[in-house]
This record gives sequence, structure tokens and C-alpha cells, in this order.
Amino acid sequence: MAQGVTAFIYLLAAVCFILALRGLSHPKTSRQGNIFGMVGMALAIVATLAAPQISGFVLPIIAIVIGGAAGTAIALRIDMTQLPQLVAAFHSLVGLAAVFVALAAFYAPQSYGIGTAEAIHVSSRIEMAIGAGIGAITFTGSIIAFAKLAGIMGGTPLVFRGQHMLNLGLGILTLVLIAVFAVAQPGWSLWLIVAITLALGFLVILPIGGADMPVVVSMLNSYSGWAAAGIGFTLTNNLLIITGALVGSSGAILSYIMCKGMNRSFINVILGGFGGESAAAAKDTGEKAVTSGSADDAGFILGNAGSVVIVPGYGMAVGQAQHALREMADILKQHGVSVRYAIHPVAGRMPGHMNVLLAEANVPYEDVYEMEEINRDFQTTDVAFVIGANDITNPAAQDDPSSPIYGMPILNVAESKTVLFVKRSLSPGYAGIDNSLFYKDNTMMLFGDAKQMVEGIVKALEEQT
Amino acid sequence: MAEGADLPERAQGLAEAARGLADRAESLAQDAASAASESGAAEAVGGGAGEQIIGLTVFVLAVFVGYHVVWSVTPALHSPLMAVTNAISSVIIVGALIAAGAAEAGISQAFGLVGVALAAVNIFGGFIVTQRMLAMFMQKQRTKS
Repeated sequence: MAQGVTAFIYLLAAVCFILALRGLSHPKTSRQGNIFGMVGMALAIVATLAAPQISGFVLPIIAIVIGGAAGTAIALRIDMTQLPQLVAAFHSLVGLAAVFVALAAFYAPQSYGIGTAEAIHVSSRIEMAIGAGIGAITFTGSIIAFAKLAGIMGGTPLVFRGQHMLNLGLGILTLVLIAVFAVAQPGWSLWLIVAITLALGFLVILPIGGADMPVVVSMLNSYSGWAAAGIGFTLTNNLLIITGALVGSSGAILSYIMCKGMNRSFINVILGGFGGESAAAAKDTGEKAVTSGSADDAGFILGNAGSVVIVPGYGMAVGQAQHALREMADILKQHGVSVRYAIHPVAGRMPGHMNVLLAEANVPYEDVYEMEEINRDFQTTDVAFVIGANDITNPAAQDDPSSPIYGMPILNVAESKTVLFVKRSLSPGYAGIDNSLFYKDNTMMLFGDAKQMVEGIVKALEEQT
Repeated sequence: MAEGADLPERAQGLAEAARGLADRAESLAQDAASAASESGAAEAVGGGAGEQIIGLTVFVLAVFVGYHVVWSVTPALHSPLMAVTNAISSVIIVGALIAAGAAEAGISQAFGLVGVALAAVNIFGGFIVTQRMLAMFMQKQRTKS
């Protein structure tokens, strides 16, 4: 196939990828968008295999089949609650693949038309080193994110003295090595870049707490894009450059939205350690009166309400309570109660996490509201039903300037007539901050496992009728 | 006959001169060749720089496209967005395929094959997981209408 034809098909593939993202503007067009994505990928792979540089098909196709089978098996088996760690794991693979492509290009530059084994074009050397470096950071960083999300590793931030200086030193060393590689092209410098950036990926993500993972996952998403773009520059391949830029900016926007949802700067999240040091400060709450109730009490309150807003958080995901929750909402609707869901941007462990779980439980799309859409309605809401969420409802974010989460946008559940709080215990949320909402007169704590509690309420509601 | 007698000598002299000329021609040819290859290399570098600018142009424009397209994505679909961007970023499989399908076997081909397999896990896994998620959003639509 002529080079012009290959380039043209690559252009079609790039357009398909843009349409894939465009389709996600509404659930109705989203599946069609995903099909566009698949078509684009198929076009890219076929066009590459038909290119004149490719002389053997058997090995590449075997590799695709092996990888594809593994990917399919994983994707079909995974539970929706395990989604955040799955996405993190997939990011790590893109990063590692980028490292391998950079190394493959280094050892056979003539296949890519970027020079000879002794003299790779200087610009390609720089891009190769950057692509490999970002890929390596994405790889190890995603592994840590995966381990934290999957609970293999504790979510508490791992902080040690001189951590930032060490990272800074390694970062500078990487830049120096990139310069060395650009000037003299010694193989050891490329390998050393890979080794150091692998370590850097671990070190950068380790100090970031479990609940900051929405930012981390989006950030790694972004990195995987920039790595692809870096490789695209190395190989002067516009398809890789376009796709990398799309993915990179997508991840960056998601990180921005997540940071805004926590009122924290990106730098602040990356430097990490949040939640570790502030946990001690929360201890001085002393004994305060808490109203706690049973599932029957909650069922009674909910059954007599006119309007209910459900506020889900990570606890709902952990307890897998979304199906029971939808059942509860259905019964309430039969009673003529208006039921809506309020989603905070950083609820859960990845962007849109709650939406996916509610969708899994067949909650109608129209019932689910974003924070800005629903926040004013809490004043006229009878019952706010908070399940597995904490910090995103904490009034301290609005009225306590000394609080670590001061300034973070919250769902104003305190304004509703009654607040029902499903929670395992009074323990503070990830930020380690006590929630004054627990002690308010109109708050009733429902202590217990999210799923069991909701099932109990469902039973109570059924008995009422 | 005297002329005839020094004829071989003259012939030998001519032959030596011819050999000298041939040597010079050869070295000139080498010079020319190396000069040509140098200018060729210079051209390649120049061409590379041109390609870099085109690449940069494409990159910057694509960032803008990405920026606008992604802001139009509804927040409810941010999880599928991550999954699908993850799948399409595996388009680096294209780079891996070139090494994997190269004529000469070697370390580069081995790296390429590993890259292809890793990217393939992502491509299949990413698109399928996205499809599963989106199917759940569609399900609701159907039950609603």
C-alpha cells in the first residue's frame, strides 16, 4: 500500500476517534461513538499491517490475538464496582507499551525511517526519550493506583522525609540524561531514563491518599495520552500525535474537574500526603449527642416524605448497595414520593463512578443530577439520604476556615428538613475531618452496612403498605 | 628500432600514469560520494525538522479539538470517557506493529511484539468495558421510554 493511502486511512482513524469522544455528549449517541472508536482502531491496525515496512504478519497477529483474548476475558468478567482499578490497570499497560515502542525504535531506527542505528535524528532521540519516560511513569504510577484502588495496598498516603527533594532530584537527573541521549545517543542513557522514570512513577503516586485517586486516575489517563503523542513525534506519525493529544487533553480536563471538586490545586494533590497529617486533628471532638435510628425509623421518615434526594458516595460502591437503593427508590415513588439523586464531582474513586453504578442498577438517567443542578433544591427537600458519603456533605467546608477541606464545594444536605446518614460508624471520612452534620438535631444516623441498611428500609417500607 | 626498443618503457609509463589517474578518480568519487551522503543527511535532518513542525501543528490543533470535544461530554459519562480514551490511546500499537513486523528478527522485533500484545489487551479490554458501561446507560433509557 502506498504511503499516501496509509496516511489517508490514518486520518480517517483519527476522525473516528474524535467522533468516539463526541458521541459521549449524550448517552443516546454514546454507543454509536464507541463503535466509531472501534472502527478507527481497526482501520489503523489494518492500514499499518498493509504498509510496505511490514513483511511478517504471523507474529504480530499472534500477539494481537493473545493480547486481545486476555483483554476480552478481563473486560467481560470484571464487576462494575472494580471499574476504577481496572481503568488504572489498563493505563499501566499503555504506559508499558509506550516504553516498548520507544525501545523497539531505538534498536531498529531504520524500520521507522528515523535514521540509522548509529545516528538517529536528534529530534527523534529527544522525543523517544520523553515518550519512554512518560510511559514508564504512567506504568508504575498506575500500578500503585491500581494497588490502592483494589485494596491490595492501604489507601493511606506513604510519606517520608525528603520525599519531594528525592523526586525533584530524580526529575532533574532524567532531564540531564535526556540531554546526554540527545547529544551522544548512548544506549545506557535511554535504559537509565527508563529505570529512573519507573522509580519516579512509584514515588510520585505513593504519597497520594486513596480518596485522591479520582485525580490520580485522570492524571494517569492524561499521561498515557502524552506518552502516545511523544511516540507519535518520534515516529512522525500524525495518527499517534492526534490521538495522544485527544487523550492527553481529556485526562487533563478530568483532572481539572476533580481538583475543582475538591477545591485543591493540582500541585497540592500531586505533592500528596493529604489526609495523613490532618487525621490527628480530628480527635478532639469529644462526646457529642448523636441521634441514631433503625431501618424502621428511616423507613417511616422516608415513607412520609414528599421529596427525597439520595446522595451516594464511595461507601455505596464498597457496600454494593446500588441495587437495593434503586429498589428503595422504586417503592418510594409508588408512595408518590419524588426521588432524585445528587452526584458530587468527586464522589467515588473515579470521575463518573457513581453514575456508572446507578446506571448498573437501572436508575433512570433523568433522576440523576449533578451538584450544580440540584444544590439549590435541598432547601425544599424533606429528606436527604446520604449513603456512604461524608466529606462532600461536610458544612465545615463552608463555615470553618481552619478545616483542611475549607472552600471545597459541598452538597448542601444540611439545608433539607431531615438528613439520614447511612454510615458504618462515626469515624471521619478520608480527610480525617469530623462532620458537624452528625450532631445536628435534624440528622439521624443509621449505623450499619450500606446494603443491609437499605434492604432493611425496603422491608420496613413494604410492611408499611 | 630505437623507438621500438623504448616502446615497452613508454607503455609502462602510460600504464602507471593511467593507474595514478584511476586512483585519483576513485578518491574523487569517494569524496563526491561522501559529500553527497553528507548533503543527503543534511537534507534528511532538514526534512525531519519540517516534519517536526507539521507534527507540532497537528498536535496543537488536536489538543484544541480534544479540549472542546471533552468539555461537551456529559459528566455522567466521565467513566466511559476514561475507558474509551484509554482504549484509543492504545493506538500506539501502530508503532509496535512496525517493529513487530520487521523483516529482521532481533531485540527490536521482540520489543515490538510485547508492545503489540500489551496494547491489544487494552484495545479489546477498553472498548468492551466501555460498551458494557454504555449498555447500562441505554438500558435505563429503554425502560424509561
